[in-house]
Amino acid sequence: MRPRAAYRVFRVVALTLVVLVLVAPLLWMISASLKTNVDIYDPDKALAFSPTLANYAKVLQQANYVEFIVNSLWVAFAATVASLVLGLPAAYSMSRFNMRKSALVVLMARVIPGVSLLVPWYYVFSNLKMVGGFGVLIISHMFVSLPLVVYIMMGYFDSLPAELEEAALVDGLTHVGAFRRITLPLSLPGIATAGILSFIFSWNNFMFALVLSDADTKTLPVAIFDFVGYASIDWGGLMAAATVVTLPIMVIALFVQKYVVSGLTAGATKG
Amino acid sequence: MATITTTRTPRGAPAVPVTPGWARWVNDHRKWLFAAPAMVFVAALLVFPLAWTGYLSLTDAEGSVRAESEFVGLRNYLDVLSDTDRFWPAVGRTATFTVAALLFEVVLGMAIALLLWRPFKGQRWVRVAILLPLVATPVAVGMMWRLIFDPNIGLANQVLGWFGVGPQPWLAGQHSALPTTIFIDVWQWTPMVVLILLAGLTSLSEEPQEAARIDGAGTWQRFRHVTLPLLMPTLTVAVLLRGIDALKTFDLLYSTKGRGGGSFHEVETLNVYAYGLSFDYNEYGVSSTVLILFFLIIIGAMWALTARRKEARR
Repeated sequence: MRPRAAYRVFRVVALTLVVLVLVAPLLWMISASLKTNVDIYDPDKALAFSPTLANYAKVLQQANYVEFIVNSLWVAFAATVASLVLGLPAAYSMSRFNMRKSALVVLMARVIPGVSLLVPWYYVFSNLKMVGGFGVLIISHMFVSLPLVVYIMMGYFDSLPAELEEAALVDGLTHVGAFRRITLPLSLPGIATAGILSFIFSWNNFMFALVLSDADTKTLPVAIFDFVGYASIDWGGLMAAATVVTLPIMVIALFVQKYVVSGLTAGATKG
Repeated sequence: MATITTTRTPRGAPAVPVTPGWARWVNDHRKWLFAAPAMVFVAALLVFPLAWTGYLSLTDAEGSVRAESEFVGLRNYLDVLSDTDRFWPAVGRTATFTVAALLFEVVLGMAIALLLWRPFKGQRWVRVAILLPLVATPVAVGMMWRLIFDPNIGLANQVLGWFGVGPQPWLAGQHSALPTTIFIDVWQWTPMVVLILLAGLTSLSEEPQEAARIDGAGTWQRFRHVTLPLLMPTLTVAVLLRGIDALKTFDLLYSTKGRGGGSFHEVETLNVYAYGLSFDYNEYGVSSTVLILFFLIIIGAMWALTARRKEARR
């Protein structure tokens, strides 16, 4: 039993270290967001400082962050809903009819570097007078979230027994009716997984909004990037802005941990 | 699974109630009606722009996307491929970044996944901690590490100070910037590898493990000759997913070092280089050339990996 005990001690030490390395930087960011810029520059006040919400007040009121939060929410929500509407039937068809080649076309979107599409997109959408609008942002974010939805839901539909749909057909439903009334309700956990992941990826997306948004439609990641001016950095404000974008998504992820994990690992164990 | 999907109305079942003609048409054509919208959407945003990028790479387009441009054949390709100033160093950095990040992420990810494999008290909390970096916004993560790695006020140099190590320049150093961004990437994405490998480990059956144990195999032997081979397909998926994303890393590099990957292009990978050419300098022709070459590199890397995967499955 001696080696087992030694292993247990080792595991506790190693995993404590892992947790510390993963969490400490995030806690440091949050603590810096609660400090005045004077305290941030003072190593003696690393932990012993009097917290202030001044940075948040500054970011939310002066820097218009409420508007960017609303933009981010709206774009992520719309891109997620639209991706589900297009992606669920597609994933279903690709799973049931075994359309692996078609699926590959959709999954290509996950492989291609976004930059290689941005110039043509910019050209087309600026001719359509859409650059800077929400429409183009939602479309570009869908380009990320739709393949994600298809990928996750194909695996989910693969695992649903076809017998249930057959029973529904016997009871007089059409194939489309069986999909709508039997398969979709049974797939709610999968849909939740796909939806949550799609929302997170859209919320975090930076590059597309960097090119395609304007001052009124800016999303949070772009707003944070713009916070860094050419002069000295307002660290307190910057950390408050970074916390505003990351904390909500981390809290949500904790509540729906199971779904996030199953979405991120979707398809990994099929071999 | 898919064999049972060719259901028609089973024998003896009551006839389907009368449905309007359009509904029957929808029903009969559901395969493509369901799949088409998503496929058309992706194809429209993917195929045509890619073709255009391919065309632009053969022109001298610059300045404005609407400006006249001339067909220059393969001149851009010759220019780019002979550019030892920006292009080849960027290729080198992309390779260094991807390979180093992947290597650390896979080794650390495997170690952590193995530690988490067997249930124990408090595992829940470790799993929570693992999820946090993964869902954090990359740009915010970049800003966070900028503060921590600040040479003067950053936490990193303070911690080094406790161990008697002198301050390091981290992101600000010409030679330390790229390793530092690799560290940040490893911090954020090792959890992804952990989660994927953990899912793979939990799906493994116990029997081979037991058999090996009875045969007297030690811990390392069991890992090397039983767990690892069985986990190979999952590991390949993890490497593939992570590798593609690491090649395309942009948010982290742009948010920590800004345009051009810093004043000495310390972290300028192909993606950052192409972005800068397009949107900071409006050199669309050259930028498209870089992107097409980058794209070929990605396809090549993926092809090599999936070929290995097929081999491993045999």
